[in-house]
Order: sequence, then structure tokens, then C-alpha cells
Amino acid sequence: MSAPNPKVDFDIAVVGSGPAGLAAAALAASKGASVVLLDEQAEPGGQIYRAVTETPVRDRKVLGPDYWHGAELLGPLRDSGAVHWPGTTVWSVARPREDAPDGHRPLQIGLSRNGAAAMLTVRHVILATGALERPFPIPGWTLPGVLGAGAAQVLLKTSGLVPAGATVMAGSGPLLWLLAWQYLQAGARIDAILDTTPKENWRAALPLLPGFLRSPYLGKGMKLMLDVRRKLTVIGNVTALRAEGDGALKSVVYTRNGTEHRLPADTLLLHQGVVPNLNLANATGCAQRWDGQQRCWRPTTDAWGATSVEGVSLAGDGAGIGGARAAEEAGRLAALDALHRLGRIGREQRDQAAAPFRAALDRALTGRAFLDTLYTPAEAFRVPADDTIVCRCEEITAGAVREAVRLGCSGPNQAKSFLRCGMGPCQGRLCGPTVTEVIAAERGVSPAEVGYYRLRPPVKPITLAELAALPKTDADIDAVFKH
Amino acid sequence: MTATVSFRPDVIVIGGGLHGCSAALHLSMRGVRVLVLEKDHVARHASGVNAGGVRQLGRHVAEVPLSVASMALWHRIGDLVDDDCGFESHGQIKVAESEAELETVRARVAELNALGFTHEEVVGQDELRALVPAIADHCVGALVSRGDGAAIPFRTTFAFRRKAIALGARFQEGGTVTRLARKNSLWSVETADGNRFEAPVVVNAAGAWADRIAAQVGEPVPLEVIAPMLMITARVAPFIKPVVGATGRTLSFKQFPNGTVLIGGGLLGRAVRDENRTELDFSQVSVNARTVWDLFPCMRGATIVRSWAGIEARMPDQIPVIGPSGTEPDLYHSFGFSAHGFQLGPIVGRITADLITGGSTDLPIAPFSIGRFAA
Repeated sequence: MSAPNPKVDFDIAVVGSGPAGLAAAALAASKGASVVLLDEQAEPGGQIYRAVTETPVRDRKVLGPDYWHGAELLGPLRDSGAVHWPGTTVWSVARPREDAPDGHRPLQIGLSRNGAAAMLTVRHVILATGALERPFPIPGWTLPGVLGAGAAQVLLKTSGLVPAGATVMAGSGPLLWLLAWQYLQAGARIDAILDTTPKENWRAALPLLPGFLRSPYLGKGMKLMLDVRRKLTVIGNVTALRAEGDGALKSVVYTRNGTEHRLPADTLLLHQGVVPNLNLANATGCAQRWDGQQRCWRPTTDAWGATSVEGVSLAGDGAGIGGARAAEEAGRLAALDALHRLGRIGREQRDQAAAPFRAALDRALTGRAFLDTLYTPAEAFRVPADDTIVCRCEEITAGAVREAVRLGCSGPNQAKSFLRCGMGPCQGRLCGPTVTEVIAAERGVSPAEVGYYRLRPPVKPITLAELAALPKTDADIDAVFKH
Repeated sequence: MTATVSFRPDVIVIGGGLHGCSAALHLSMRGVRVLVLEKDHVARHASGVNAGGVRQLGRHVAEVPLSVASMALWHRIGDLVDDDCGFESHGQIKVAESEAELETVRARVAELNALGFTHEEVVGQDELRALVPAIADHCVGALVSRGDGAAIPFRTTFAFRRKAIALGARFQEGGTVTRLARKNSLWSVETADGNRFEAPVVVNAAGAWADRIAAQVGEPVPLEVIAPMLMITARVAPFIKPVVGATGRTLSFKQFPNGTVLIGGGLLGRAVRDENRTELDFSQVSVNARTVWDLFPCMRGATIVRSWAGIEARMPDQIPVIGPSGTEPDLYHSFGFSAHGFQLGPIVGRITADLITGGSTDLPIAPFSIGRFAA
């Protein structure tokens, strides 16, 4: 690590190397800032462009042109001089401490790299942590053989793997159709797609259609969907789902027009959209708000991605779902603002440079409201029945959460303390949105009112050995409390 | 305010932590009408997020009589609150890592024996191995209190609250007490959400905020706001029953029935009490991890999945403030438990109820008088 200032290792750390992180790091470094790009994966690309440099899927038509666009972001990164640390897990970003002497308040990043933990000191952090699949809690979703469509897509990108045996896809949202299409190109078997998009969503989405008609995605999306519908069995208006099997998935039971049907299945791929991966932002102390349209929590940001924590900004889907192209532009805007805050460019220079990115961002977001509304998951799949597990780590059911509410737990944090839901290694990634909505529904209030888990570092597990070997500062031994 | 119209409490308890809830419960058991005012929600801070140690072991001698009496309540906690609070008694152990440390714990036992207390004993290396097979080879013995154990803090505090409510207590959550004044033998308590409540008696169980209440009645206290840190591992196969601490280092180490291991002991992060916020200090978390690395070699590959800190009050002499105000009648304090108040919760609530309903208590609380800080 070389740095001009002895107090900081880098001017800017970018966390995550998806489209937002790649674009942010490249732009910031190209303007002369010292930038480190920290990412868990071995190769850049994030989830959307996962393994774009090394995927075994060489037939370009399988993953499609939108995937291969990711490769175009790598050249600028290489040329920018940004330092790329792959295989690096960020488990903490500490907000500035008000009591620091001399007012100098760098940010401290806790990370693990090559099996060792260390603290990295930087002036500004851009979190580009992307999206997570929205939990899809149905009876039996914890059975082996049931997985998220996003996870399945990662297997396709990284290893060229497709499911073997009878395969059913279920849910709603663009990614479901994209994966189905990619599987078709790859020659994979898909027995059926169970579409859970609620009929009434069309009525709500229709007024937003004009915006969507101007969307650059419209043509591609329609073609892809028609392709899938022509070649596969698509069963619409599915209102209930459950996975059955003894130790592993055997069949998928779905309800359509009030009647139950059963499909044999070895693999069930579930998907009902994505939500911001906000764990690191939340643990850093960034304020967040409930987004009623996307039905998820999102960190509060300004037009540049700046959060409520000084020196910490967010770019991409981690700040609210907008898709890969929007993420890229948001990354550039966050980078410009960081450069401005660090005194490298003036306000005017920032605003001028931002204009084309902002215009591109607006274009990329055109039609988003239509998609958000059309693909809002049905309540039955967001607020499951009592016997459905919501917290997989601790095996807590929706019924147990409701019982805790009746005993006086008013929000996810009390439910967490009371039931341990959200206390497992995933730190609420698989239950947080569900627990919020179950409690809100049970109390008859808005999710905004019940709040969300207060998450704490390490947001990704680290070993005790790594932590024990953390290089020490002059530990204040007097602070050690003996009793 | 409607609450005062429909419900005229005899006692207002400020603070919905374990001590406030325990006072509310014991008072309610005696037919006293109690209103608990909690600025956030019950068990939001230290009471809900502490390590859950139910420990007589190693306490300040002034606390030992209270701790022993509280332990008796813990062993029948279900009778008191209709919930077992997750309490399990597998003993607490403080390991000695050297002969010198073993000497220290022997002296400790001699001191307690001289005072008539026999709950702590010294064990040698072989018995330590039998109690804690996973302990590192270099440990030579330990101080043991076999009746000790651990419970689940949030569940415990919640259970006290529920039972108090079942017996008639009321809880008002979400309003910070901003003003406390006494006029014509009646306390008037105002909260930030615009409410005003009245009662003849007030209990100050406001934890890390209790100094602000005390200051309103002209008895400032040197309360320090601290943030003891804890961390927890992913599940590992069950390997230990007792709670383990160390003689020469800061440690509290406990495995839950579900396999996760809780590691703490009081290393401090930083508390920002006006924002209900704590900041972790990973250099200190690392010290804690190093202690575990040394004492439990089997834990070296364990993964830490979360760490946190609670906001707690610490007094300069490390023991709480319990008893009547030195400046105002009908005001009682119960705060400053200095990061080891959880085990004392059941008994101190009873003591406070004794003082309010009978004017005295049979336990020795003189060392905890707020008068010790009077100028």
C-alpha cells in the first residue's frame, strides 16, 4: 500500500465490482485520486457480469449482449490506475468518530484478504454492494433442490451449469424471464414456468405504460419474453405455491383459479425480484427508508448517492433497484461527488462532468416504475402463512413472528432479540424484508413504522483467528473493564 | 393526558430495563399501581443485549449478599415471572492461567469464607479439565461458582414486563423523561412526547441516562456511559456447559444450546447515548478474540458472525446506586450497575419495593447509597 498521505491508505475505497463499482473506481482513479476497488470475487463483474472475463460459456448468444456489455467496463478500470483487490471481503465500515483529535476523521474499513484481517484507512467510501434476491418464503423453500433463480444464474455464468432433471421456475420479474431465455439458449430442460404476477398488477401498471414504452429495454424484454412463451409451458395467475419432498424436492404444488395442481420436480427455481443489499450500509449507520413502490428498504441518498454518514456514498442497486445500466451511471455520479468532496474538482466541474451521466441515468431508469408496479410480488408471497419458515438460519416461522408481535414485540429488532430471527450468519438477508412485512401486517401499520434490523459488523463472517491476529493500535488498556 | 385521568399510579418507574421492570413487578405483586416510562422500548439497551451471565462469581464483596439472594430467585425464576427466561445453571468458572493467578483466587475464597459465603471454590487442573475439557493446557485451575449460570436477557426483561402488566402495571414507551419535579407531595414527570404523569413516588431506573434524572433533583452523580462489546460465532458442535471467564484477562465465554458461542467480558466500544448508538472498536474486539484463541484452541477456526455493544452506566467504584434519594423524599434510585447488573435484577426490584412499601429492606444496601457521591 503506497499512499501520499501517511494517515490514509487510499483516497477512495469502492466496495463491490459490479457495474456501479467498476464505473466509479475507473472514473475516480482516472481523475488522479488513489482508489482501491475491493471485491469478494476472484474476477470483476459483480453478480450481473459475474465471471465476464472467464466464463466457460463462450457462445455469446447464451448469456446475451447485455451480459457481455460488462466486459466493456474492464478496460477503463485497467487504464485508470485504480488498485483492484479481488478476493477481499469487507466486513465493516466504521463511520467517523466525533471525538477524534485534530478533526481528522478518516473512515476505517475492516476487511479480510488472503486469510488475514486488516483495517484500511480511507477518506471516502463508495458502497456498490448491489442487489439480493427478494426472499420468496413458501412452504418447503428450505428443501434441497429449491434455490433462487439468481443463484442458478451465477452457476450458469461461472461454471456453465444448468439444472439436471425436471425443472420448474416460479415467480415473477425480469430476471426470471431472462434466466429462462438463457437456459433455452443453453439447451437446458425447463418443464414449466409458474407465473405468480398478480392479475391486478396489470391494472395498476397500465397508467405507467407510456413511460415504459420509451424504455430502451422494452424491445429486448418483449422479444425475450415472447421467445420464452413460444417455447415453454407458462402457467399464469398462480396464487399459491409449495415445495414438497422428503429430504429433497420431489414436487411443486401450485394453485391456479382456486385449484391445486402438482408437478414433479427435481429443481425449483424461485424468483420474485431483487432488493438492495443494504447490510453494509445499514451496519455503517446509513439512514434508510421504506420504498413503498419497490416494497423494500433502501438507504437514504441524495442525487449523488451521498448517505447520511459523512464520507460514505452508495451507487447502484444497493441504493434502490435500477438495473445494471443505471448502476453504471450512478457509480460515475458518486465518483464525481467524491472527487468534489475530496477537493479534487470544483462544484462546477463536478456538475458539468455529471450532465451526460445524469441524462444516461434518467434514460436507464425510464420505465422502471412500470416494471416495479407490474412485478410487485403478491402479498401471499411476501407475507406468508403461519407455518412457513421466514428465518432460515434459526428456523423461525411466520407464525412465531406473529406470536411475538402479540406478546408486545413491535418491530424486527425486538423480534430478533426475542426469537433470534435475523441473528444467524446471513444477518437478515433472507428474512429481513419478510419479517418487516409480517410484523407490519400483524400490527396493521406501515412497514416504515415497524423499521428494520439494526445490523452490526462483521457483516460477513470472519474467523476468530483472523480477528485475533488483527494488527493492534495502541490499545487503550485502561478501557479494559475488569469485574 | 388521558393516561393520568384513567390510571393514577402510586409509583412511576423511569426506565424499562430489567431493573425498572423488576421494580414494577415486585410493586405490582404488592398491589401497588405502577407506571413505567421507557424512552425507547423495553429492554432496548443494556438489559436486552448483555451477555446474560447470571453470576455470583467474583463480585465486589458489597454486592455478594444481594447476589446470593438474587440467585435464589433465579433458581425459581419461573415462579416469579411465569417464564424460565432461558435460565440454565451449569456454573460459572474463572480460569487461572498461572500459579500467581491461582493464588489470587485462593485469597478471594478465603476472603468470602471469612464473610460467611461459601458459593465460590477453587478447583485444580484436573477438575478444571473435567468441567471444561476444551480449556487450553496451560490453565492451572479455576475459581468456580456452581450455582451460577446464564439466561436470555431480552426474554428475561420481557418476561418481567409481561408479568408486571398481568398484575396491573402500565407501560408507556417512546417518550424520554424531560422534567421531574415534586410539589405538594406529588411528583410530576414530563416526557418529550408531550405527556405529563403524576405519582407520589418515583423510581429512577434509567440506566445510562439515570444521571440526568438524579441531576434534576440536585444530586449529580459521576456516571460514565460505556459500551461493553460482545460477539457471537456461527454454530459449532456443543462442547461446553459452564460460562467461562479469566482471572487475569477480560472474558465472558458461553455456548448457547443452539451451538453459537457468545464472547464478551466488558471490553469497550464507544457509546453515543444521545443517538442510541454505539461504535465498535475492533482493536478491542481483537483483544477479546485473542483471549479466546489462547484459552480455547478448538475455537480458532470458528467464524464470528456479529458483534455489538450495549449502552450501560458505570460508576467510578464499579458498584451500583440503590436506595433512597439523598435530596428528595419518595424518590428511589436503582442504576449504575456497571455492566454486571443482570443477575441482580430480580432482587434489586424486590429491595426497591421493600423500601417503598415498608421503608426498609433486610439486605445491606448502605454501600450503594447515592450519598457516597455527595460533595
